[in-house]
Amino acid sequence: MPKWMPRMTDARLIPRDRSAHPVPRDPDYKTSVARSPNLPLLSMPSTLTEETGPVFGHGLIGALDNNLILNFSQGAAPAIGERILLHGRVMDENARPVPNTLVEIWQANAGGRYRHVKDTYFAPLDPNFGGCGRTLTDENGQYQFLTIRPGAYPWPNRGNDWRPMHVHYSIFGQGFGQRLITQCYFEGDPLIDRCPIVATIKDRSQIDRLVAPLDMARAKPMDFLAYKFDIVLRGRRQTMFENRPEGM
Amino acid sequence: MVQKLDTLTETPSQTAGPYVHIGCIPSFAGVEGVYPEDLGLRAVEQGAKGETITITGSVHDGTGWTLRDAMLESWQADAVGLYPGQDGADPKVNGFCRFAADKDSGEFTLQTIKPGAVPGPDGTWQAPHIALWIVARGINTGLQTRIYFEDEDNSADPLLARIEQRPRVETLIAKKTGDGQYRFDIRLQGDGETVFLDI
Ligand SMILES: [Fe+3]
Repeated sequence: MPKWMPRMTDARLIPRDRSAHPVPRDPDYKTSVARSPNLPLLSMPSTLTEETGPVFGHGLIGALDNNLILNFSQGAAPAIGERILLHGRVMDENARPVPNTLVEIWQANAGGRYRHVKDTYFAPLDPNFGGCGRTLTDENGQYQFLTIRPGAYPWPNRGNDWRPMHVHYSIFGQGFGQRLITQCYFEGDPLIDRCPIVATIKDRSQIDRLVAPLDMARAKPMDFLAYKFDIVLRGRRQTMFENRPEGM
Repeated sequence: MVQKLDTLTETPSQTAGPYVHIGCIPSFAGVEGVYPEDLGLRAVEQGAKGETITITGSVHDGTGWTLRDAMLESWQADAVGLYPGQDGADPKVNGFCRFAADKDSGEFTLQTIKPGAVPGPDGTWQAPHIALWIVARGINTGLQTRIYFEDEDNSADPLLARIEQRPRVETLIAKKTGDGQYRFDIRLQGDGETVFLDI
């Protein structure tokens, strides 16, 4: 028996390209100044710890979980606002779909107010809007939410900063090292180019990837508009063979 | 010009913001009734094998102030070092837990079992550890780190071995404060800055 046997593997995660991500510290986003490490991150190839991750079953997901218009009132009364379908596909860097992965979203209501004790903006709460939703991607990595378009809102940063309309996204992937939180913006919003949180991303083409285009092909006449937001998670290195001691 | 690669670039991160709790742990945020319960409430179920432990700590910014709005996630192996989904893993170990800094004190608590050692690269073994992911307002890309334990043999761990400034190893090691009790504080910046990972 040979001592070394080739083993099929594609487990190692592709190292994160930090230049595609926001800078950790940006004086125009004031809170980042004291909350960003001074010292470099410690880089290392991924291990089993990052290559494995929690798996959630369909039993977790309730019938209204991806319907933010109805899920807070549990179907009793719809939320106020511009009805939209927010849909897209979760893929990895190798352009393979990421199936059965949990996508969670949260957002302000149509007036730009969150249902949260710390949100003191005087836009009113909507009694029928909670602001959270979740779903699992299907076998092709597709997901969808029915929601209302969130309002823009002011926030304490520089003298007169406003967040563009946005939906927060949390995606798991299939390994803990793929974990990602991001935000989806909407085509045509003039506040995107004025937002210091958006501007923490220094690569313009990467900012564009967070802006969901209007998707009339998926809009439903007399019911809702649609926006498409695709997400790419870290991929796994496609090394076909790696030499490992036998039995490892 | 050259041929075009058919690989994609990862979607950029954005801060989780101050209202991450609404999306991830809505009941904690006061948004009740959408889901039966928040996701990831328990790292382990009753009857999980291994030593039951409680880890408490807090997250500090560069001025020493304790964050009240941080949300953390943990991921770990079972008592013999198998991750959920691996053959033979303890079915009572969920491995994943979500927990938040207390709104008033900033303290967080993780109740779980001590994980076993897990295989590392090139035939090495990684000392028992729990992976942590920290998000909050002002953190533009979620911060990865790990909790190791001061009463375990960490001498051959391949990750800890990579830390050049040896005193910084201590930032990843939970201190034993009692029977099954550990303390793990996270410093985002400055004196005693935690080693954050790019794995
Ligand atoms: Fe927001």
